[in-house]
This record gives sequence, structure tokens and C-alpha cells, in this order.
Amino acid sequence: MARRCTGPPSRSNREGQNLAEIAEFDSVGLRYGTGGEVLRDLEFRLAAGGFYFLTGPSGAGKTSLLKLLYLAQRPTRGRIRLFGEELGDAPREALPAFRRRIGVVFQDFRLVRHLSAFDNVALPLRVAGASEDEIEGPVREMLDWVGLADRAGARPPTLSGGEQQRVAIARAVINRPDLLVADEPTGNVDAEMARRLLHLFTSLNRLGTTVVVATHDIGLISATAGAQMIRLENGTVVDRTGALRNPPGQRARP
Amino acid sequence: MIAGWLFASPYERRLLGGPPLRGPTPWVIAIMSFTILIIAASGLALANSASLLGNAIHGRYSVIVPDGGANAAAVTAAVRAVPGVRAVAPVSEQEMRRTLERWLGPEASSPSLPVPAMVEFDAGAGSNIPAIANRVAAIAPGASVVAHRETVGPLLQSLRLLQWLAFGLVALLSAAAAAAVVLAARGALDTHRATIEVMHGIGATDLQVTHLFQRKIAIDALAGSLLGAVAAAAILLAVAAGAAFAGELTGGAVLNWPDLLLLAMLPFALAALASVVARMAVLASLRRAL
Repeated sequence: MARRCTGPPSRSNREGQNLAEIAEFDSVGLRYGTGGEVLRDLEFRLAAGGFYFLTGPSGAGKTSLLKLLYLAQRPTRGRIRLFGEELGDAPREALPAFRRRIGVVFQDFRLVRHLSAFDNVALPLRVAGASEDEIEGPVREMLDWVGLADRAGARPPTLSGGEQQRVAIARAVINRPDLLVADEPTGNVDAEMARRLLHLFTSLNRLGTTVVVATHDIGLISATAGAQMIRLENGTVVDRTGALRNPPGQRARP
Repeated sequence: MIAGWLFASPYERRLLGGPPLRGPTPWVIAIMSFTILIIAASGLALANSASLLGNAIHGRYSVIVPDGGANAAAVTAAVRAVPGVRAVAPVSEQEMRRTLERWLGPEASSPSLPVPAMVEFDAGAGSNIPAIANRVAAIAPGASVVAHRETVGPLLQSLRLLQWLAFGLVALLSAAAAAAVVLAARGALDTHRATIEVMHGIGATDLQVTHLFQRKIAIDALAGSLLGAVAAAAILLAVAAGAAFAGELTGGAVLNWPDLLLLAMLPFALAALASVVARMAVLASLRRAL
């Protein structure tokens, strides 16, 4: 019996959790407005600590599925459990606490154009209530890691597409999320940066973050040892066996 | 605490972009504040004038003797003898003629013009006005006792009506200012839709997002209110000489210290109203999103 969400998880709760599955989708469907279902009969589990690639042709529903995962959409039918809580119909006041455990790299970056790269990366920490002293070091370190230490004061309109993407990725991982969701994260970066980003994702994954990456990049998939693939076609998962075929406990760590 | 709330951190100020006091909101609020203050000051002045006038005519009566002053002394004595009657004062013939001169010109001074005699008095509580009228009629047949509230009553009623009209207009303008703030808040939400989505996406609560907009609108509203108040104060000072004269006529100040204090509070009340309305509007809009 699924536990229904009654409020945001306390820190002790969160630390005490030892979930086998970080996300469970049961008979999930999604439609926008009065249109047809863009996602239907989704049945899969994401193991905590797993590394997943979400693939499929354009229009298959990858971005919509990610929206369900990072709580930007509610399913129109079915049941979604995240972090052990049923969140499909949770009160909206309960959602921010869960969203803070999820890092998102949007396909279109979604950086705040009025803020500098530093402020954009610091945003999740500030929203979570961190003091300026707690923010300075980690943000500088993260910007350095994505190669933008000298661009900390630059605003997004003055950054290239690849630089904006790196800022978006730094923002998504700055607070070491439990779940990292990335939509085409290597779409605007060169091969070297793609390799470094993948290294960042796998490093986070080793530290316990569950990673879900929607991508068409076959090179990225083949370069990630032990990752599993979820293939979507026409709004539904077509390769169900892929989801838990190689759980993180059994797969070899790169 | 309020200052800390108004003065956001540099990053929070940058989050919504653009310099402060930009756009139409401060100007709309300034116009509203100016109009509200002028109307409120007028309403308070009318209320005070009506109150002073009401006090002045309360219990005040006149005995009018149509055929002149032959019986004026006897009438005065008769009225003075009635229990509860105070401040009995016969109006001299000279004063009556001076008053009539305003309408009749120099002809009012002609000895051939009969001038009625008049005796004014205050009737205290329990005074028997019909008994006074009977006593006066016995001395001077045709004499009548007239209550000042009957003659000045329509004017007093008009003053009260205008006073409430002014207060009603203040309420309506405040509602209009609130509506303008709702529109401004919705406009700001539309402009910053992408930022709000990002904030929500990284776990910001509705209250965190709302504070950004509420703070911005509160600052705009406070600046606009104070600007409007300064302009209104300049106008009110310019008409202060006339108001002082009106005060002399009615026997008291047109605006007293509590009134001035109330007027000084209005810009801040308007800013507070704008802030509360902005908060409600933003929260209501955010609740429509996931």
C-alpha cells in the first residue's frame, strides 16, 4: 500500500530513507487540456542510485515524462511515487520540499536572464535558505568545474549556448540532488565538454544521485557503463525490461 | 523588520530585473494618492464645518416680532424669565438694518421701512418651547419662535451629504487603486513567468515567489503614494488661507490635528493596501499553476 504524501519530508526522514526505488510509475497517463494522451500506461520503476537514459524519437513524450519526474506536471491518471511518497495528487504546498531534492537541466536552459552566472548557480541554495557564506565557496567551485570561473559575473544573454548549458547544469547539481533529471544536456556543447559533463553525472551517480538523462546521443549512452535505457515510443515505454535489467547493486561501477 | 523586508538583498532585487519605480504603477498610485488626499481633506473639512455649525445652532432659537421693536424689551424679559433659557440677546435695530442692506441696499436705512425685532436665545434641556411661544404671543400678537435648525437645517444636511460623498469617493478610489495593483501584479507575473517557473522548479515556495513581487509593488506603491501626498499637501497649503477664513466663519478650525494626522497616515495606508492586494493577487495566480 502506497504511503500518501501528507507534507514535506523532514531531514531526518530523508536521511533515514533507504529506498530501493526512487520513482514508481503505475498506469500513468498524461494529457494536456482536452487533447489526447501524450503519455499512456507508463509502468516502470527507477532504482535509487541508478543511471538511466531515456530515449525515443522526437515527440515520443520524453520531455513530458521528465516533467512528471521533476514535478512540473501532475499525471491525469495513474499513480506516481517519488522518494517513497505518492505525489500524483499531493497538495501543492508539499511539492517544493521534494523539488529541492531534484536537479533539473532544461533543454532550453531556463536561466534567469537578469542574474549573473554566479547568482543563477546559487539560486537553489538561496531558495533553500543557505547564507551567503555557505554559498560563495561551493558556487565558485562548481563554476570552476564547468569551466566558467572567469564568467561568474556574466549574464546569460552574454554567454554562448554551451556556456549557458554549463551554467544550467551547475545550477542543477549545486545542491547534490537525490534525483538529477536532464533533458538533452549535451545538445549545445562540444565533445570534450560532453565528456566532462558525463563524468560529472557519473560522479554524482557514484555519490548516490539517481540520474535520468533524455538524449538522442548514442555516443553518450555507449560511453556510460552500467547505465540502463528506457525507450519511449508513442507516449509509452516500449522496452519495459530495460528499466531494472541491471540494478545499480549488481552492475559494475565504472 | 519592515525596513528589512522592504530592502531586499541585491540578488533578490536583480531577480525581477529592471530598476525600481519603473512602469506605470508608481504614477497610477501617485495620482490616486493625490486625489484621495484632496477628497479626504475636503470631506474632513466638511465634517468639521457641519459639526461646528450643528453645535452652533443646537438649541438656538429666534423670536421674531413683525411689527418692530415696541415690544422687544417686554419680549426679551418674558423669554429671560423662562426656566432653562440662556443667552437671551435682542438683536439691535441697527444690526437688523445692516443685515437687510445686503439685499435692499441703502433703502434698508429708510425710517419708513418697518423692521421686525428679533430676540435670540438658547433653550436648555427641558425648556418648554410651546410655552415660550404662548408667552411671547401674549405680549406681541403675531410674534413667532423659530428654531435655527429649521432654517439652517437644509444647509447642514447638504454639508453632511457632501461629507459622506467625499468619504465614499475615498473608498471608491481606494478600490480603484487596489484594482490597479491587481492588474500591475498580473502584468508583472506574465512578464516574469519564466523566472517563476524556474523558481518553482528549484523548490521555491509560493510565499518566496510572492515576497519578490509584493516587495516590488509595495516599494512602487509607497513611492507613488508619497509623491501624490507631497503634491496634495502643496495644494492644501495653497488653499489654507481660504480654509482659515472658513474656519473663522464657522467658529473653529476646518482641519484639526487629528485630521492632519489621519491625512498623513493615508499614503502609508494606501501603500499597505497595495501590498496586501498584491500579495493576494500573486498568491491567487500562483495557485493556478502546479
